[in-house]
Amino acid sequence: MIASDPAGFLVLLFGMTLAVYATRAGGFWLIGRVTIGRRLQKILQAMPGAVIAATIAPILLHGGLSALLAVFAASLAMLAVRNDFAAVVAGVAVAAAARAAGL
Amino acid sequence: MTSQPDNSTLEDLPPRWTLEGFRLGAWTILPLMPGLAAFAMAFGTVAARKGFSLADALAMSGTVYAGVAQLVVLESWPEKLTLPAIGGIVLVTALICSRFLLIGASLRPWLGSQPAAKIYPALFLLVEPNWLMSMRYRANGGSDPAYLVGGGVVIYIVWVGATAAGYWLGASIGDPHSFGLDLVMPAFFTAMLISMWRGPRASLGWMIGGAVAVATDYLFGGMWYLIVGALAGSVAGGFIDDSE
Repeated sequence: MIASDPAGFLVLLFGMTLAVYATRAGGFWLIGRVTIGRRLQKILQAMPGAVIAATIAPILLHGGLSALLAVFAASLAMLAVRNDFAAVVAGVAVAAAARAAGL
Repeated sequence: MTSQPDNSTLEDLPPRWTLEGFRLGAWTILPLMPGLAAFAMAFGTVAARKGFSLADALAMSGTVYAGVAQLVVLESWPEKLTLPAIGGIVLVTALICSRFLLIGASLRPWLGSQPAAKIYPALFLLVEPNWLMSMRYRANGGSDPAYLVGGGVVIYIVWVGATAAGYWLGASIGDPHSFGLDLVMPAFFTAMLISMWRGPRASLGWMIGGAVAVATDYLFGGMWYLIVGALAGSVAGGFIDDSE
């Protein structure tokens, strides 16, 4: 499929790479053109949590019971030991167990 | 992670890049790598099925380096790579990655004083995991930009390497879904949210971001929910937060 159109694939790769890098560098560059006042500072501070919440909320909704249990287990582990790795292991283990049990 | 004794120098001088910062960034990202490897292997497997050569798959992982975008593009791979088809794929890629605009912007207060020749190459390695780790590192008093790069380099190596592994091994490794590997990122993100918890008022923006994302996903589908939810949550969070 691609062997039949190497030039098209190269153009595609170039376009995709450029588009993705433009998003990676563009936000950083653009916000440097404006003065970051107090309000904008607050918005930037709120961004990490908002990006995470917006990314996982639909996944949880579509993921069913095993996803909810996994996130619940990860939260408990994080609260208990304050360690990312433990949280991820707990979440994944609970998801695997839930799916093995047919949930 | 060491805090500067004199805060005024921290504000005045651009933060220094050190090997220790690089190592720390690389080290703290490791817990996420099994999940990321599974994700990259899924991409390699699908690429093989779609008729990519190994070099094609590695070239895409190595240049585009954007997991969700790569998988979505493969799922809707066109019959022929006509110019309109290529344009459509590039537009979808830009939309899926538009959240990087926000991520990059949030780094400005920290890294804005860095020389362009150093920071713009470093931004090529910007993805959610090393960004999140870096924001937490920064919130805990860290300032070394090499932390972001250390995490990014590890992610890049695992991403490209596991693409090859997935391409070769294909379906023979079993279903990553049954191992729960698709939930590594949600579990990690949840852990990050908990470590960012600063009380119910400060997290109101998260709720709004999540709710708007769910509503956007329901109403419009596609990948719009990522950018719309993130933007709504950040702006709401920024206006709710009245602390000094």
